[in-house]
Amino acid sequence: MKKDVKFWQGNAAIAEGALAAGCSFFGGYPITPSSEIAEVMAGELPKRNGRFIQMEDEIGGIAAAIGASLTGKKSMTATSGPGFSLKQENLGLAYMAEIPLVVVDVMRGGPSTGLPTSISQQDVMQARWGTHGDHATIAYAPSSVQECYEIAIKAFNMSERFRQPVLIMSDEVLGHMRERVALDEGKKPELVDRKKPTADPEEFRPYKPDPEDNLPPMASYGDGYRWHVTGLTHNEWGFPTSCPEEIEKKTRRLMDKVNAHRDEIVEYETENADDAEILVVSYGSVARTALSAVRMARQKGIKAGSFRMVTLWPFPDKEIEKIVEKAKTVLVPELNYGQMVLEVERAVHGKARVVPYNLVNGELFKPDEILEKIEEVA
Amino acid sequence: MPRPEVMDWLRKQFFPHLWCPGCGHGVILHAILRALNDCGKKREETVIASGIGCSSRMPGYIDACTVHTTHGRSLAFATGIKLSNPELTIVDVMGDGDCTAIGGNHFIHACRRNIDITAVVMNNNIYGMTGGQASPTTPIGAKATTAPYGAIDPPFDICQLAQGSGASYVARATIANPVLCEKYIKNGVEHKGFSVVEIISSCHTQFGRRNKRRTPIDNLNYLKSASVPLTKASSMSGEELEGKIIVGEFVKKDLPEYTEGYEKLIDSLGGKKA
Repeated sequence: MKKDVKFWQGNAAIAEGALAAGCSFFGGYPITPSSEIAEVMAGELPKRNGRFIQMEDEIGGIAAAIGASLTGKKSMTATSGPGFSLKQENLGLAYMAEIPLVVVDVMRGGPSTGLPTSISQQDVMQARWGTHGDHATIAYAPSSVQECYEIAIKAFNMSERFRQPVLIMSDEVLGHMRERVALDEGKKPELVDRKKPTADPEEFRPYKPDPEDNLPPMASYGDGYRWHVTGLTHNEWGFPTSCPEEIEKKTRRLMDKVNAHRDEIVEYETENADDAEILVVSYGSVARTALSAVRMARQKGIKAGSFRMVTLWPFPDKEIEKIVEKAKTVLVPELNYGQMVLEVERAVHGKARVVPYNLVNGELFKPDEILEKIEEVA
Repeated sequence: MPRPEVMDWLRKQFFPHLWCPGCGHGVILHAILRALNDCGKKREETVIASGIGCSSRMPGYIDACTVHTTHGRSLAFATGIKLSNPELTIVDVMGDGDCTAIGGNHFIHACRRNIDITAVVMNNNIYGMTGGQASPTTPIGAKATTAPYGAIDPPFDICQLAQGSGASYVARATIANPVLCEKYIKNGVEHKGFSVVEIISSCHTQFGRRNKRRTPIDNLNYLKSASVPLTKASSMSGEELEGKIIVGEFVKKDLPEYTEGYEKLIDSLGGKKA
């Protein structure tokens, strides 16, 4: 197929992917290093009959985006560390009320104001556990500008399908890096739209799941249904409940609706992993460096392999457990004090030695550094 | 008993409501529903948004498109709803803590944008649901669980705050005058732009019992005696107005409305054809 080649920045590629996915609303607030996403949306959305609004703060940005989703629009917000912290409460509302939404976190160093213009991977556990209460998380970590575009489309599809927020955990290097993106010319991406109700408006139960997929269809404000949205734990009618059976049903379904389709959501990429004695597990920008290091190690005769997580959540535990059967050592380079390595240890079940390798100085690993570490632990 | 057409706006299965007997908020609920009905609004095309607190449980009782959001944030949600579907009528119901403390930033910016939403602020000078803590409208000297010796923080005047922030319709009434509540809410709903209708409500349970207004009747009598119409207030001295509640329409002006501005932007870029 003929390619339409672009030279995009990672942040711009996420915005372009969102537009290709049918995103027609963006609510946000300026923050480094994610502001370019808002800037592209501010320029593009009104040209396509979409709506952009710069809100008064990060909390308002996600709130407006959730509001837009309630009217049936595919909607997004983007931020970085401090803003991601501020958005957590309303992110929880979107999980509880089952409102599709895409949230981008272009990770920078933390805690607090930290390193606004430097890379980190310190928010990956916050992605899973940042908002209070039980909920299932779907979070992607792109590692190229091409993938920023593709994952943005996928994130919208998943959020529409599972009626919940989907997170894109990008990082400062990827967000600001420019590289080649090759789009299939003239080919529209496959898009998923939320299920619409067909019930009589007088009989409509907004949170009554269809038996086949455990997911309730979603009405839009303005299309003839009257329904209640609340962050309180609610029953199938959408109204607050204190009935233990109804509470348990709702809480379990929030987890089960994603967990049941875990195998369809989990994505990863491997290279030279099948016979690897040392497996490097990585994600995001670090995965690029890790892959270079693995290739360099192979040239030196070390049986190294790469496992790159595309989804951080759900975590690819089964896949990692399977692949480490031959490996003696699993190396987990991360730009944090050691976060996903805890999940890797859990998945490996002691079948191999798990070695964290952490860089927390605001820089990205160099291939030589990971190579040295591979040689050291091999 | 409400009129039958007003009764249609209620989710009757949830009555009796959770507010204390004698709470002022029921008067406001009834006034909102009469106003919406009289404005010819359809329930399917009307969104009632709220945050957290006693006031914010109101949408649960209204049989429309209702959204009970997070504390103080309802106007930000409502802004997203209105901007993405300007055809919808939006009433945002808030308490004094919701609107002027945790939600103060969203409130002043909604005023500034002049987006076509009607904010009904139910001001009872206290955090009722959490047990009687001081709010930004608790008068100096009034007692609250977090101001046991009397509040020393100067209170906000919500109507002045709205006016200063750019709201294009601003009015105040009290629950002692339900007809005026209804009139101002109706004017707010019909006004194109951001409307703020502050309604002085009462909470005898959490405010009154600590501040010598123990019963609902004490509160109604107080609100009646303290109310001064704006027309009369303009000829009164500051001393005479001490402790009074000025009721009336403070602002009523035509200003560019936000979603219309955005529609014009889309048109100028040919966005509708895209």
